[in-house]
Amino acid sequence: MAFQFSLDNHNIKEPTPDTLYDLIIIGGGPAGLNAALYAKRKGLDVAILTRQIGGQIINTSSVDNYLGTKNSTGVELVETFKSHVSSLDVQIAEYVDVEEITPNTAVNEHSVKLTDNRIFKGRTILLATGTNHRHLDVEGEDRLAGRGVAYCAICDAPLYKNKNVIIAGGGNSAVEAALDLAKVANHVTIVHRSQFRADKVLIDELYHNSKIDIHLQSQIKSIEGEEFMTHINVLDKENNSDFIVEADGIFIEIGNVPNSYLLKGLVEFNDLGEVIVDEKCATNIPGIYAAGDVTIVNYKQIIIATSDGAKAALAANDYINMQKAKERIENYGNVK
Amino acid sequence: MEMLNKELQDQLREVFEKLEDNVTIALFTDGGDCETCNETKSFMEELSGLSEKLFVKLYTTTDNVDLAKEYNVTMVPSIVLLNAKGEYEGVKFNGIPAGHEINSLIPALLEVSGATSELPEDITKEIKSFDKAINIKVFVTLACPHCAGAVQKAHKLALMNKNIDAEMIEAQTFMEISNKFNVSGVPKIVINDEYELVGNQPIQAFLTEMQKI
Ligand SMILES: Cc1cc2nc3c(=O)[nH]c(=O)nc-3n(C[C@H](O)[C@H](O)[C@H](O)COP(=O)(O)OP(=O)(O)OC[C@H]3O[C@@H](n4cnc5c(N)ncnc54)[C@H](O)[C@@H]3O)c2cc1C
Repeated sequence: MAFQFSLDNHNIKEPTPDTLYDLIIIGGGPAGLNAALYAKRKGLDVAILTRQIGGQIINTSSVDNYLGTKNSTGVELVETFKSHVSSLDVQIAEYVDVEEITPNTAVNEHSVKLTDNRIFKGRTILLATGTNHRHLDVEGEDRLAGRGVAYCAICDAPLYKNKNVIIAGGGNSAVEAALDLAKVANHVTIVHRSQFRADKVLIDELYHNSKIDIHLQSQIKSIEGEEFMTHINVLDKENNSDFIVEADGIFIEIGNVPNSYLLKGLVEFNDLGEVIVDEKCATNIPGIYAAGDVTIVNYKQIIIATSDGAKAALAANDYINMQKAKERIENYGNVK
Repeated sequence: MEMLNKELQDQLREVFEKLEDNVTIALFTDGGDCETCNETKSFMEELSGLSEKLFVKLYTTTDNVDLAKEYNVTMVPSIVLLNAKGEYEGVKFNGIPAGHEINSLIPALLEVSGATSELPEDITKEIKSFDKAINIKVFVTLACPHCAGAVQKAHKLALMNKNIDAEMIEAQTFMEISNKFNVSGVPKIVINDEYELVGNQPIQAFLTEMQKI
């Protein structure tokens, strides 16, 4: 057996709770990492607080549309990003969860609390928390989570060796999950409520794989099983009839919901729960920015999230410079 | 068999400069050809070659029955970390910590060496307050990017309270036990074989489950 090693950078400095940072970035995906790069190059003191460096890309088997990196795996792309950012001495706390943001615009000192109760302070804050898996919201889904119901194909595929699995969804991530699982599983059934909206190259591959069955126009009504999932009930929308698909597991790949809860009630959201930002990634609270998939930005893609991160960092830098200029003028007045 | 390429070796050498004191990697195999035992042995020997503070000791579950019992070794290969005094502090890996799991092994080595990180006072107090024996199993796969975070937290708890024993279990190598605990998604955390958490949960979620014991 051959083993690979995905070594994190264990030399990255951890941020300290006593420091007042110029910019605190919540989320270490492409948006957050690129924001750190830009902010650091402007001379700002930057800290990233994140559950995971790399964000969603780390769960992506291949990325083929990021300019300059053909045929890259998600992990490889993250490595490239990370080594660039860590060469600039950005402080990063990984495997941490932010629980609360408390803005204080009066003194321009916002605080960010982790679930382990540590509190970090920043002159500006950038929310780059991306998105989370959307749930089917059907009977059995929550009850059987981790008991057949799965959301991370790359993590859990090895557990389904020679087993039968279902993929729910019809976008790129669903089709990629089906193709990945077909490599280990005995059989894969893809069930989607409408037509495919994945890239044509991927769909072609799907139809050529003899291990994969496809049910379109089919809506999952429930996930069944006692201790473990055993089957799903599905409505065939064309014939208005019900059918059952038996399987040991179901991977739910039906898109994402924004991870915007930290700013809920504080800044404006659209109907989808995405943070409303202007062309500089600013929210309606001065000094609080948002970038990447968590915002109203169209087309949730790596290259778009990274460029958003850059915009947010440059805007935060302008804002800090303006604040400092104001303070100088005020102090000048005092001295006089 | 070389497991680590030159670049990785260099990176690890640098990381290991932060080791405070000696750490012994006690590796248990069955003495035979258990799955990944040879790879794990090579990997550990290569690691220890990268720092004068790391030592490997080889044991078998057949010849060292008492020791295996003392460290609660029930599977092979099993990696038990011992501090400079030769004490077991509840930090164990079952199966090879390759892939993303190298990122739970490195902090474990550093912490056992004495290079510890601090948690806030109130959480520290709560962790230290558990006075019953607690076993934490964290099931992982090597391709899982966020599993190492869960393992790291479990080991941290063990290091902070001697009543807590925390072990990583590589689900593919130990299919039988994974099936016994219905592992179909990782990371899966099982506390005292009874209370379960799925996903890389914050440390508070561990504590909430542990309070139920
Ligand atoms: C399976 C899959 C395949 C994809 N393939 C491609 C592709 O081929 N090409 C492409 O361009 N795009 C692809 N995408 C989309 C792309 O991954 C996203 O657009 C991009 O990652 C968004 O970046 P982001 O930084 O905004 O957010 P994310 O990548 O979601 O990163 C957000 C980060 O914030 C962290 N976080 C969230 N909440 C908290 C909290 N409370 N405390 C601490 N940290 C927190 C998360 O853990 C995460 O690390 C794919 C997505 C998926 C799911």
